Amino acid sequence: MKTSLSRLLTLLSILLFIPLWELIVRVSDLPKFILPSPLDVWTRFIKALNDGSLLFHTSITFVEVLLGLLAGTLFATIVGYMLAKSRTLEKILSPYLVASQAIPIVAIAPLLVIWLGDGILSKVVICALIVFFPVLVNTIVGVRAVSIPLYDLMNSLRATRLQILFKLEIPASLPVLLGGLRIGATLSVIGAIVGELVDAEQGLGFLLQLGDFQYDTSMVFVAVFMLIALALILYGMVTLLERKFIK
Amino acid sequence: MRKSMLSNPALVVKDLSVNFRDNHSTIHALENISFNVQAREFVCFLGPSGSGKTTLLRVIANLIQPTSGAVEFTFDHQPKIGMVFQQPNLMAWRSVLENIKLPLELENVDKDIANQKANELIQLVGLKGFENSLPRDLSGGMAQRVGIARALIHDPDLLLLDEPFASLDAITRERMWMELSNICQAKQKTVVMVTHSINESLFLADRVLVLTQRPGKIKLDVEVNLPRPRQEEMRYTNQFGELAKKLRSAIE
Ligand SMILES: Nc1ncnc2c1ncn2[C@@H]1O[C@H](COP(=O)(O)OP(=O)(O)O)[C@@H](O)[C@H]1O
Ligand SMILES: [Mg+2]
Repeated sequence: MKTSLSRLLTLLSILLFIPLWELIVRVSDLPKFILPSPLDVWTRFIKALNDGSLLFHTSITFVEVLLGLLAGTLFATIVGYMLAKSRTLEKILSPYLVASQAIPIVAIAPLLVIWLGDGILSKVVICALIVFFPVLVNTIVGVRAVSIPLYDLMNSLRATRLQILFKLEIPASLPVLLGGLRIGATLSVIGAIVGELVDAEQGLGFLLQLGDFQYDTSMVFVAVFMLIALALILYGMVTLLERKFIK
Repeated sequence: MRKSMLSNPALVVKDLSVNFRDNHSTIHALENISFNVQAREFVCFLGPSGSGKTTLLRVIANLIQPTSGAVEFTFDHQPKIGMVFQQPNLMAWRSVLENIKLPLELENVDKDIANQKANELIQLVGLKGFENSLPRDLSGGMAQRVGIARALIHDPDLLLLDEPFASLDAITRERMWMELSNICQAKQKTVVMVTHSINESLFLADRVLVLTQRPGKIKLDVEVNLPRPRQEEMRYTNQFGELAKKLRSAIE
């Protein structure tokens, strides 16, 4: 009962959003290039869909986000695991890791574009960097939280290092790890857009900027909605992983 | 009745001492412990809490290194160990069946064989119908029984039991005594168990060794010449009373 009610509320709030938007457009009477109506955006969406540009740019961004997320997560879990296992390594590396967090990604994005070019690679790296830290922290927390008596159990059974990793450490820390991935997924979308806004010939960030330059505000709205959709899809994928792996 | 003098020791512990250091002080957990355990013997260590019982089992299981002394096995292979911990110590993400199968999984035993063995043990420890339950849905007693089944499934050479029944209610505990006793008889297990319950030690063991309060030293070593299978009623016999009295006075 409770869940169906809350679902209904969510649905209602989404459904109410469009009439409310329409109402604001009519009352305020702003020009289309400042605030387009829902119908303007829908028309623009259909047009971009039909000429193929929307799918193209969305898929570019999606690939960047996904590759960045994968690379960042992979790297962060490996480094995180090593840091969780070695206090010495943590002492050596943690000043750099913390300092790296003080630099906003926006500040180094232009550098990365200069170094790596305005193609997909620079965006993937930006995504990976932005994903790295939250996944790293969650990995460390997750691995450190594995119960010591369970290590005793594994060792009493003379488990190998790999068995301890796959049968104990990974499953035990998976909930926390996926929590990190959830945060990382949303951040990765932001990373790709930041990179594309710096300089790109393709992607939703490029479309966003193009719409902005051409006073095609409906296009900007379409791009923003596509970004939201991307973030939701990624979020959904992480949720599916959680459903599959966490009992 | 097995006599420890007739020697075919499975386990020889020599002059074992374990110290723990924290920042300032050194804790002497065990001091100069020496004893043998015969093959198929059920040996019980009796001691108050803090007497180093858990530490002793951890040294035997090779989980920690002793400060001095040695633990030697006389098996012709690395002995397989089945350990039951003071807490159930189950993997929260695994079902009852999967928890019990863990030792076989680590030995890469065929899945069907593993399932069959696990189901036999589930039957034995009375968990039929709970195969697919997760540890969080079990009572303390049920979880502990999963731990016991897990310790038996890979047919270990040596069973190490760390107060395995301390968290059970009295009725379940006595039932588990009977079951463990039967299992060990049937499977001819070599067992080292630690406990602080005199009744438990007399119900199960062939031999009881009493540990002193810190540092743990062996204060008494007695044969339990009570007939097997041991029954509820033997508690009211003179022989039992004598032994219990002897142990009680040794524990202080
Ligand atoms: N890893 C450890 N580090 C420091 N002290 C420990 C450690 N393990 C046990 N001790 C100490 O050793 C003594 C014996 O502990 P333990 O073997 O757990 O006793 P028991 O199981 O008989 O209650 C206790 O005083 C305990 O605090
Ligand atoms: Mg203990």
